[in-house]
Amino acid sequence: MAVEDVIVESWYMMQMIQAFLQAPVYHIVIEVLLIVWIIGLLFSKSYRIQERVQLTEKEKEDLLAEWKPEPLVPDTPEDHPALHPRVVSGKAGLKVVVDGKECLNLATLNFLGMLGNKRIEKAANTALYKYGVGSCGPRGFYGTVDVHLDLEDKLAKFTRTEEAILYAYGFATIASAIPAYSKRGDIVFCDEGACFAIQKGLLASRSKVVYFKHNDMEDLERLLKEQAKDDKKDPKKAAVTRRFVLVEGIYLNYGDIVPLPKLVELKYKYKVRIFIEESASFGVLGDNGRGVTEHFGVPIEDIDLISANMEMSLASIGGFCCGDSFVIDHQRLSGQGYCFSASLPPMLSVAASEALLIMEEKPGIFEELRTRCKWLHAKLSSIPGLKVCGEPISPIMHLQLAAPSGHAEDTTKLEIICNECMNQGVALTVARFLEKEEHLVPPPSIRVAVNVELTEDDIDHATSIIANVAKTVL
Amino acid sequence: MVGGGKNTLSGSAPTANGHVKESNGFIPHSNGHVPHYKDDKIKKMSQESFEPVPLLVACLTYLGYGMLVLFGYFRDFLRKSGVETTHSTIERKKMRDFVPLYQSFESFYTRNLYTRIRDCWNRPICSVPSAEFDVSERVSNDGNWHLRLTGKSKRCVNLGSYNYLGFAEKSGPCADAAAGALQQYGAGVCSTRQELGNYSIHEELEQTTARFLRVEDAVTFGMGFATNSMNIPALMGGKGCLILSDELNHASLVLGARLCSTVIKVFKHNDIEDVERKLREAIINGQPRTHRAWRKILIIVEGIYSMEGSIIKLPDLIRLKKKYGAYLYLDEAHSIGALGETGRGATEYWGVDPRDVDIMMGTFTKSFGAAGGYIGGSKRLINHLRAYSHSTTYACSMSAPVAQQVITSMKIIMGEDGTNRGQLRIKQLAANSKYFRQRLVEMGFIVYGNDDSPIVPVLLYMPAKIAAFSRELYQQNVGVVVVGFPATPLVESRARFCLSAAHTREMLDKVLDAISDVGDRLQLKYSLNPPTKGVFAEECYRQVDCLSHEA
Repeated sequence: MAVEDVIVESWYMMQMIQAFLQAPVYHIVIEVLLIVWIIGLLFSKSYRIQERVQLTEKEKEDLLAEWKPEPLVPDTPEDHPALHPRVVSGKAGLKVVVDGKECLNLATLNFLGMLGNKRIEKAANTALYKYGVGSCGPRGFYGTVDVHLDLEDKLAKFTRTEEAILYAYGFATIASAIPAYSKRGDIVFCDEGACFAIQKGLLASRSKVVYFKHNDMEDLERLLKEQAKDDKKDPKKAAVTRRFVLVEGIYLNYGDIVPLPKLVELKYKYKVRIFIEESASFGVLGDNGRGVTEHFGVPIEDIDLISANMEMSLASIGGFCCGDSFVIDHQRLSGQGYCFSASLPPMLSVAASEALLIMEEKPGIFEELRTRCKWLHAKLSSIPGLKVCGEPISPIMHLQLAAPSGHAEDTTKLEIICNECMNQGVALTVARFLEKEEHLVPPPSIRVAVNVELTEDDIDHATSIIANVAKTVL
Repeated sequence: MVGGGKNTLSGSAPTANGHVKESNGFIPHSNGHVPHYKDDKIKKMSQESFEPVPLLVACLTYLGYGMLVLFGYFRDFLRKSGVETTHSTIERKKMRDFVPLYQSFESFYTRNLYTRIRDCWNRPICSVPSAEFDVSERVSNDGNWHLRLTGKSKRCVNLGSYNYLGFAEKSGPCADAAAGALQQYGAGVCSTRQELGNYSIHEELEQTTARFLRVEDAVTFGMGFATNSMNIPALMGGKGCLILSDELNHASLVLGARLCSTVIKVFKHNDIEDVERKLREAIINGQPRTHRAWRKILIIVEGIYSMEGSIIKLPDLIRLKKKYGAYLYLDEAHSIGALGETGRGATEYWGVDPRDVDIMMGTFTKSFGAAGGYIGGSKRLINHLRAYSHSTTYACSMSAPVAQQVITSMKIIMGEDGTNRGQLRIKQLAANSKYFRQRLVEMGFIVYGNDDSPIVPVLLYMPAKIAAFSRELYQQNVGVVVVGFPATPLVESRARFCLSAAHTREMLDKVLDAISDVGDRLQLKYSLNPPTKGVFAEECYRQVDCLSHEA
């Protein structure tokens, strides 16, 4: 068999060689060329569209000369309200002098009347003559004054937390706190109605942001469930992905209260940490003004971080975060607005301290405030053509048009109402937003703020003016 | 590279002398015509020294960090095995099955390196931070994990606070005026500038600031950090904008640039050639991938860099920005009040027109002894910011007494109070800076930065010397700032002295003796440069003496 095969094979070879020899020369030449071409194709580099062309010096110069930048900023419309601000001269207490006219103040967020309090002014004055005005340095480099430490202690005791940390600017507080913990790759579930400071903090953190419907715990749970599903698919990644929920105690832009007990339930169920922005609820909610946790009777230990500014109830400047030392202490090296900014002027720190002391001495003040909120809420609700947005016990209420007809148009109408009320002695302001920058622009509204010093007569008087003006404008 | 000691003193005296006459009746260039600077003057002005680290020192420094890391791991091991007690805080039990809040390697440095020497930072003070201050004493019973106040304090010379013109005062015209504003307006504001927080005092502050800066208009904000981080996004928002940023820019500028969501390119510190290269490349190549032309390009720099003591080469930058059509953002946090014949900052120092800088930003924290920040520029720019700045829309306005402190101190600097006290402060600061720096160079320390800068960084290099330097000087009643990694490169730990007009020469002499003594004991006199000729103190202080005689 084997011998036979060999013979057959060699026979074929013989035949091939014979055929090769007999073939015409041109045939061989063409075949060889074809083979060379195929080999050439195999080894040649693939064709590239983006052939790198070196520009000549002249072309470069032309490009440089041709480039015309846009103007640094566009022209601002002449009628932009920010270019024609109302000028306040003197203290913006219960009464405020706006453009030379004395008005009842329903515009500034001085809930407890601490702005204008003589005792606070006296304490701040004493501090001014002891420490000067500025602290001339960040906390790390001799900008820590004993009054800062004192205020941090007081705030921690007041809120019943382990530690508090001070910031020099209210806006920077939550905006610095968020990126101190939440990093790239982490997930933040945020209420879509959250204020601008939170939005900027989220942007700075570079975390993945998932917005849930405003104050809608079911929507939040749906998103958390989805996340849990994804986590199961990739448990390795899930084990290092921190999860946070960001809410406000009382929403600055809506005046409603976060349903905290439900949120705490979700926290332990889905292992998410809760950060609350309490600027508008600190010194407002709860029997002792401790905020939304006290309001719902939720233990404050269940909240990972509470942030609030001292520019509303405390009527000073700056802000603070409080919580467990394990959490808060981290900001002393990682909170950008804490580390890299000059510390709060000592006199403002003392002003906040004194206001806190007054809050502790007069716990009845919070109930008084809520009573006034309810009065005003009820009165405003009865005005035809306007709608009140927010909880009755919230000192921030948003007056919207009952029949909205478009953002710009509504804003103009509300603007006219404010101006007319101002002429008649009631200071009001439209809530201002950067429409292009907001995640979700709230409907146009007049932000009404309640001051604890308002009497029932004041409220009657103010609401009747608003009602009259609204009637003529709408 | 090396700032020769020889030419500086003798060289600059005549120039400075010539300026004194001019400054008495100031307004040098209000008509827009700017005397073009001469090249030799520029050369003299940009006398900056950055002596490289000696090789042996660099090796030893790395070795030091290596040892610290090894010991860190060893102690972590001891803590884990329970031999050493753990003092750091632990998360609640309830939270055990949550994803850990911190990554473990993140805190390694803090736990094992920072904690050991944390008493050198955050020292509380209990007085006004003027030329001298009371520093509270702290003790620790658990290896620096917790520091406890003893209740006692120590009077120290203050070389740490940014109190350049000495306006951190607890009495005098500024304090009185601030007290008046407190009576009139109260401490807080409780509203934003766009709502009902626009006080007449804010408008006065802005007019005064614009006048001081010699720009069309200015807008002010409650926090210096936020002035950068909340306004840059209002300028460079949207796609197609490019930001060119100095590698050593302050965290607030970096944050502001990041919040723009645009492309950021970083150039080498104060390196004009690198700026030009990057600028040309950017314009020629356009945006990445699409190659569309950039909409606008913004160069962001600082007047004086607070860790280096270097002064930005402004005339060159202005030349570049005009040539290529970029915009210039100048952060004068440390230079306003501290540079220039009348304290008007980097533009005056270099003799350039402030209107050539598109965005003049600065803070009130340092030279004015207050808090907050400003942006000055064209009417159009300021109108835009009033309308679209994140700060004017959403943040609480500046506290009235703080604003008043700025107004009063600024008027004193401008001489609007009818005295030459402001001038005297500026001259005293310049003399102090020059004298202090020259003496340190003479002693053989490696000193960074510009000869005219009131910030004087002295290199310490080794991690152990950071703490030793700070503690030793504290023992001798001198409060200094020391900085190490991550605020500086790993091998460039340093001490930073901030001079003030409030310091007297006697004070500085005392401090210099203490520094020299500590420097000998810690072997900090690293400089390999040939020793400089003696320092002529009288030369430094001549102008101050002249002025005080006039007064």
